[in-house]
Amino acid sequence: MTWVAVLVSAAAGYLLRLAGLCLPARWVSGERSRRVAELLPVALLAALVVIQTVVGGDGRLVVDARLAGVAAAVLAVAARAPFLLVVFLAASTTALVRALS
Amino acid sequence: MSPALRRRVLRDSLTVGATTGAYGVSFGALSAVSGLSVAQTCALSLLLFSGGSQFALVGILGSGGSPAAAVTTSTLLAARNGLYAVRLAPLLRLTGWRRLLGAHIVLDESTAMALAQPRPDAARFAFRVTGVAVFLLWNLMTLLGALGADALGDPRQYGLDAAGPAAFIGLVAPRLRGRDPWLVAGAAAVLAAGVAPFVPAGVPVLVAAGVALAVGLRR
Repeated sequence: MTWVAVLVSAAAGYLLRLAGLCLPARWVSGERSRRVAELLPVALLAALVVIQTVVGGDGRLVVDARLAGVAAAVLAVAARAPFLLVVFLAASTTALVRALS
Repeated sequence: MSPALRRRVLRDSLTVGATTGAYGVSFGALSAVSGLSVAQTCALSLLLFSGGSQFALVGILGSGGSPAAAVTTSTLLAARNGLYAVRLAPLLRLTGWRRLLGAHIVLDESTAMALAQPRPDAARFAFRVTGVAVFLLWNLMTLLGALGADALGDPRQYGLDAAGPAAFIGLVAPRLRGRDPWLVAGAAAVLAAGVAPFVPAGVPVLVAAGVALAVGLRR
């Protein structure tokens, strides 16, 4: 099933790009489609942050060492740290909290 | 295009390509610890080749979400590449096999670099160099990350379960300019957490996408 998900999402992603190069611009140039296109990634990414930080396998809220790592990531982003450093700080903070508790 | 402009575009595009491609290592590692094989991980970087979509797909599969929810979220995130392509089409004017290949390197970075240029020929050059540089490095670093994570053992010991959300924070931060993005991010986060106990894994993220539609489509 994982291979199916990999290949279907790859095909869908490619077709969206190709369609964009082929479509007449006036079909999708409205102010609203531009706004939705800008806001859609924001909504999806914000939801993913919360789900992967404070939601457990059963869907219930849990607070564990992940939250400390994500807090470190927020501080790092606010300090304009580069992407890899943000990810590294989050992982090492979580590992540290987990080792200490 | 003057030689000076060409040199500047080349330098800027390669810099962007290198810095963006480098974080393929975090995708490779995260994908491997989410339970995907090295081959599946590399296939995603080669064929899907869109950071946000790739992180989302492996994150949802790794947390027990259905393949359908994972594919839907990944595809919604990839939809912005289609809109970038619409903006780029009159600038790039690609035809035939060049269009088929060019479509694959329509990304956040190649679009931003192309649209930042003062002339169409410089824009086409920046698009090509940035897209190809990101592609090569992203795929190389994905492979290294996946092989490295496979060799590590229990990922939780290294805090790698916090790497996914940290990556999403890094991806969303540059988009949080102005009131609407903050409003959407806050509402999407609260809604996703609120519905999570009642729906299957992967679905809360799709429910949250509705917030973007509601805010984006209002007058």
